[in-house]
Amino acid sequence: MNDSEEAEVTNEPLVEAPADTVAGEVVLRLTDVVKTFPGVRALDGVQLEVRAGEVHCLLGQNGAGKSTLIKVLAGVHRPDSGEVVLRGEPAAFVNPQAAMRAGIATIYQELDLVEDLSVAENAFLGHEPRRLGFVRRGHMARRTRQILARLGHPEIPPGRLVRHLPAAGKQIVSMARALSHEARLIIMDEPSAVLAHDEVGNLFRIIRELTAQGIAVIYISHRLEEIREIGDRVTVLKDGRTTAANLPARETPTRDLVSRMTGRTIEYVFPDRPADDPASDELLRVEGLTRHGEFADVSLDVRAGEIVGIAGLVGSGRSELLETIYGARRAQAGTVRMGGRTLRPGSVGAAVRAGMGMAPEERKSQALLLGEPIYRNVTLATFGRYARLGFTDAARERAAADRIATSLDLRPRDVRRAVRTLSGGNQQKVVVGRWLLGDTRLLLLDEPTRGVDVGARAELYQVIRELAARGVGVLLVSSEVPEVLGLADRVLVMREGRVVREAPAGELDENTVLDLVMAGSLMEGAPA
Amino acid sequence: MSDTTPTAAPERAASLPAQSPPVDPAETAKADRSAGLSWWRGDGGEGAKRNLGLLATLVVLVVIGILTRPDLYGDASWVWGNTLTILKLASVVGVVTVGMTFVIIGGGIDLSVGAIVALAGVWCTTLATQSYGAGGMIFSALTVGVAVGLVNGLLVSYGRLVPFIATLAMMVAARGLAAEISDKQTQVSNDTFINGIASTNVLGIPLLVYILAAVVLAGWVLLNRTTFGRRTVAVGGNPEAARLAGINVRRHTVLLYALSGLCCGIAAIMLTAQATSAQAAMANLYELDAIAAAIIGGTLLSGGRGTIIGSLLGVIIFSTITNLFAINGLSTEAQNMVKGGIIVAAVLVQQVQFRSLTQFLARNRATTT
Ligand SMILES: Nc1ncnc2c1ncn2[C@@H]1O[C@H](COP(=O)(O)OP(=O)(O)OP(=O)(O)O)[C@@H](O)[C@H]1O
Ligand SMILES: [Mg+2]
Repeated sequence: MNDSEEAEVTNEPLVEAPADTVAGEVVLRLTDVVKTFPGVRALDGVQLEVRAGEVHCLLGQNGAGKSTLIKVLAGVHRPDSGEVVLRGEPAAFVNPQAAMRAGIATIYQELDLVEDLSVAENAFLGHEPRRLGFVRRGHMARRTRQILARLGHPEIPPGRLVRHLPAAGKQIVSMARALSHEARLIIMDEPSAVLAHDEVGNLFRIIRELTAQGIAVIYISHRLEEIREIGDRVTVLKDGRTTAANLPARETPTRDLVSRMTGRTIEYVFPDRPADDPASDELLRVEGLTRHGEFADVSLDVRAGEIVGIAGLVGSGRSELLETIYGARRAQAGTVRMGGRTLRPGSVGAAVRAGMGMAPEERKSQALLLGEPIYRNVTLATFGRYARLGFTDAARERAAADRIATSLDLRPRDVRRAVRTLSGGNQQKVVVGRWLLGDTRLLLLDEPTRGVDVGARAELYQVIRELAARGVGVLLVSSEVPEVLGLADRVLVMREGRVVREAPAGELDENTVLDLVMAGSLMEGAPA
Repeated sequence: MSDTTPTAAPERAASLPAQSPPVDPAETAKADRSAGLSWWRGDGGEGAKRNLGLLATLVVLVVIGILTRPDLYGDASWVWGNTLTILKLASVVGVVTVGMTFVIIGGGIDLSVGAIVALAGVWCTTLATQSYGAGGMIFSALTVGVAVGLVNGLLVSYGRLVPFIATLAMMVAARGLAAEISDKQTQVSNDTFINGIASTNVLGIPLLVYILAAVVLAGWVLLNRTTFGRRTVAVGGNPEAARLAGINVRRHTVLLYALSGLCCGIAAIMLTAQATSAQAAMANLYELDAIAAAIIGGTLLSGGRGTIIGSLLGVIIFSTITNLFAINGLSTEAQNMVKGGIIVAAVLVQQVQFRSLTQFLARNRATTT
């Protein structure tokens, strides 16, 4: 339906939105929206006003209710009370389809793609272009290709199964899905969390294009820099309540934003780096590690008490490298040694026994048992240590998980709740927290702060630094260059599967790293 | 590294949150109290609720029994005897279902259980085995069960066969082997001890029911209180997460099928004792009964969730239905239809969980108006 109109939208040339978008008509207004889950008041009186053509940012700590709010808008949840007015008319969406028909497209925080369908099928899921009841596959593939090109990713084949895409590719597909609708309001829940630096630039270009056409965007992110760059107005949530509405995104001081979010002031600083101690023992030595098509000839070492950061674009082979060191993938060449002993390749068990722990990149598919209680997820790698003669000791496990929950400011604190009911950022804390228990000697962290709010992030940095001070080695992968530079003692820069630079963190700055990471990169709109 | 001894691990974590915000003492107190109260029911509040639903179903079935045969239910001694009949009927399949529940929670399925029972039964009643006496018979039944289970497990985890296919093949092969060994004859058990297992009562309750109770208890402890059970849930719930947490997923999968095989071995002895004989066609379609019982008991077919108590209730519900039809003199065909209906209903309830069901209804109402 309405192919002509959509096609026109799709072919629109790049338009730079004016720096300060003229405030348009009010598209959406929420008054006193309340939503409760068993035992949790997730939304407790939310006010929100979104205008056409603006980027409206939602800020709030982990568990503040942002995702719940957008799920109410998207028809996933129904509010207990309160009013939702969409373009002047009261709206209560009974299901996601109804919200889509009303012109609301949503990119969820947790990707909701069907892994065994193709890219095109996912993009048009539920509204496949049809003729006489048959899906117009050719047309659908063509439209998908257009949208992907517009998203700056012409290289993603529409026919590829989503299962075979990397995390960032999946994010692009869910963006493509949102763009495949004729939406008047697009909601993005932490879209940048899985994107690398240049991808975020791409995303912002698209958002500007959309808003220039009068489309309203609700944007959620924990990165204040992003909100400064793309946002027009900000609404802050705290404990399910609006604590500030319609603040100007660029002018409001960070201190203000943070204190309204958290109720306290948090210094967004990295813990002090201790003086370099070259005498400490070498913990990990990787030599000539290679996996064809992922990374080649990587050599690195981590000493006890040292934090080594790896910077690089998504797709530069960082996560694959980490997983290979950990034994989750088998190297084609090269060795991994822990404390001088060579590890059996392709064996996670050997790595764990040697004292390694890894917090993987994708929390849902790689790390969590969603239906199980928090404490069982926290102790998933260590429950054997709390057991006696094979009998588990739930009380001790709960106590241990409770300490982790406290140190990472997990909300809600009750460790017997199912992990499924936690907000995205809190789930991430569970994934990282798992390895803070037990006698891990080397911690491999893949995007540990993804989706974690400003306050909890500072606490996580502190915890990582304390572990290092106790002699634990840390190998850290992060798409956020400041995080790598701020937290690590030594930094490796990876590009296209190779280490192109190694230096103490103090000798590098953000621009140098970005230049190194991007140099010769083909990511910039090169045709496939 | 300050310390690397496993025992020191929890203490280190204890010292971690030095700078962390204080916990609400009331909150912790509450958590502790409810933790103390819930020690007996595992951690599955959800599972406990579902089991209450199963109990309610059972009550309904009994009420139907009372309404259709008030004459019989008027007699207290008949009621007691009938209850024992139902439990005895449930005992053999119940033991198989406990093993099946572990396999399904662990993300697999075992279609070969009936065939393993037959093979183990036939193996332990050959004249050669019987010459070793009851001990030899029991030993060989259990060994055969475990061995076949191990083969299943190896095929699934190291041979990377889909569980459905691997155990389907085993189902055919094991029955074939059983027919081969027995030469398609019924092998009579002459061992009085073995035969006595089915006919002995202790304190007025059949020994078979005690065996079922023991297996269920052991299964419950294994699932809810041991690292084995924890690994089972992890492996079935998210194999990748389990692997990355350092759990040996393949080895555990092998053990799960071996456990199922062990249960089949026990069931083979019970069944042989009941019939005082064994033959290749025995325990026919037990795989369906066991899977169905586990599913209506709330075990998720995709793995990661399930309870032993639920499975037990599932088995008892099925044998109660069988009994209900028997006391009313109805045909087994009608009985199978009812069973089929119950399985479908159970799976529907499982897939469309209660809350989404109401959502689903609301949605339909909205679209029709
Ligand atoms: N299905 C659910 N059942 C029970 N509680 C839930 C459910 N979904 C969310 N909650 C709770 O509601 C609160 C708000 O969660 P929400 O996901 O909206 O947070 P958020 O602001 O998006 O956080 P984050 O920044 O971590 O993504 C949390 O306390 C969470 O635990
Ligand atoms: Mg969220």
